[in-house]
Amino acid sequence: MSAKTIDLTLKVWRQKGQNSEGSFKEYPAKGVSVHASFLEMLDQVNEALISQGQDPIAFDHDCREGICGSCGFMISGNAHGPIKSTTVCQLHMRNFENGEVLTLEPWRATAFPVIKDLMVDRSAFDRIITAGGYISVNTGNAPDGNCLPIPKPDADEAFASAACIGCGACVASCKNASAALFTSAKISHLALLPQGQIEKEKRTIKMVEKMDSEGFGACTSTGACEASCPKDISLTNIARMNREFLKAALCEKPEHHHGEG
Amino acid sequence: MVAFTGTTVGRKYLMGVSGLIWAGFVFVHMCGNMLILISPQAYNAYGHAIVSNKPLLIASELILIFALATHIVSAIALTRQNRSAKGIAPVRAPNGAKSTGLASRTMAAQGALVLVFIISHLVVFKFGNYYETTVDGVVMRDLSKVIFEVFQSCQPVAWYAFCLVLLGFHLSHGFGSIFQSLGMLHPAYQPKIRIASLVYGFVVSVGFLSQPIYVFLSQS
Repeated sequence: MSAKTIDLTLKVWRQKGQNSEGSFKEYPAKGVSVHASFLEMLDQVNEALISQGQDPIAFDHDCREGICGSCGFMISGNAHGPIKSTTVCQLHMRNFENGEVLTLEPWRATAFPVIKDLMVDRSAFDRIITAGGYISVNTGNAPDGNCLPIPKPDADEAFASAACIGCGACVASCKNASAALFTSAKISHLALLPQGQIEKEKRTIKMVEKMDSEGFGACTSTGACEASCPKDISLTNIARMNREFLKAALCEKPEHHHGEG
Repeated sequence: MVAFTGTTVGRKYLMGVSGLIWAGFVFVHMCGNMLILISPQAYNAYGHAIVSNKPLLIASELILIFALATHIVSAIALTRQNRSAKGIAPVRAPNGAKSTGLASRTMAAQGALVLVFIISHLVVFKFGNYYETTVDGVVMRDLSKVIFEVFQSCQPVAWYAFCLVLLGFHLSHGFGSIFQSLGMLHPAYQPKIRIASLVYGFVVSVGFLSQPIYVFLSQS
């Protein structure tokens, strides 16, 4: 491995808590190995801050393998940084030039309040899931292969939608802070499979209503979400959510019938 | 249905359907106006045919007014919702490999300008100077005279050029997005819709632009 290093200047959003005022503060990041990940670079900056007795920069992270959806912040206007199909933990410093000035700020959305610095509260996503992103039929033990006939293209499409890790980059990159890509991916992966059919109408309506009541904006088809999604979730999921929503609004049966106890 | 149109998805359906009605009208309007390039008489006769068919005219106008009102009311509601959902905007818009089109990011501002244009356009032409002429023995409004009057100087031509490019810009994003909003986007034809939308916006813009430019050049 070469020992190539770069020097950067970071303008980082510092905010003590949800109700405090935040502002940008400048930090040097010197002698950063180009093989380091973006989070490893921040670890180094934090070590220096801690040794100086300063408060380290708070950011979310967990697996650091690009699969858990914990990490993520804006790097100079781009969610998860400039490289496509990547989470910030899998973004390497070789993608940056020596001397670059990077602006780091948290996901910007009213529905994602800042917890501290670059960390935001994404529990609004959990509440969209609990509104209907599940199936309540008993699927039993793992069935034998192909005992439930699902066409391969449908299985592939459902899998592609299910790849969403719920990181929130779609909301952050959207100028309207719309959660349409996230919600539609969750609606899609169940709507494409037979197990998801039973509660499809109810699920679609409840999840869309929850998405709105959590304070997310509307989709304007800018495509920013798709471009910044680390899992390449497609915009066609949003079209599917929209048509499922229309079908559900037209066809949904009332929840309680007369004569029921 | 009240609950449906109260949601962001429902409002996008309203935007899409009302937008589609106007997209259709704008295209037909552009094609019909091309008669000014053939002859003022042909243009006047075309205009007269439209206004003489009262039931069709009133029905069309009502549909257009209703669609425009729906489009504007939904746009205002959605824009307000979107602004409060975003709160603080990031320092920069997505850029580089993750950048998005300018047209899609500025639809609300474009829409407001297009509305100003529609109003000024109606004031100048539909409710503007009234002259009469006779074509094949039929007395009718000489609308072509108004057109030649308006587009004899540079300023109105420049204003129309600006507005028509803006309109084309608005349509180039809007037309394609209708399919997304109405749930009709599919990987098989998504790229074709994108191209069709750009072509549509370009054709409407250039088609309309050719008319004031022709009228201006034919007089100078």
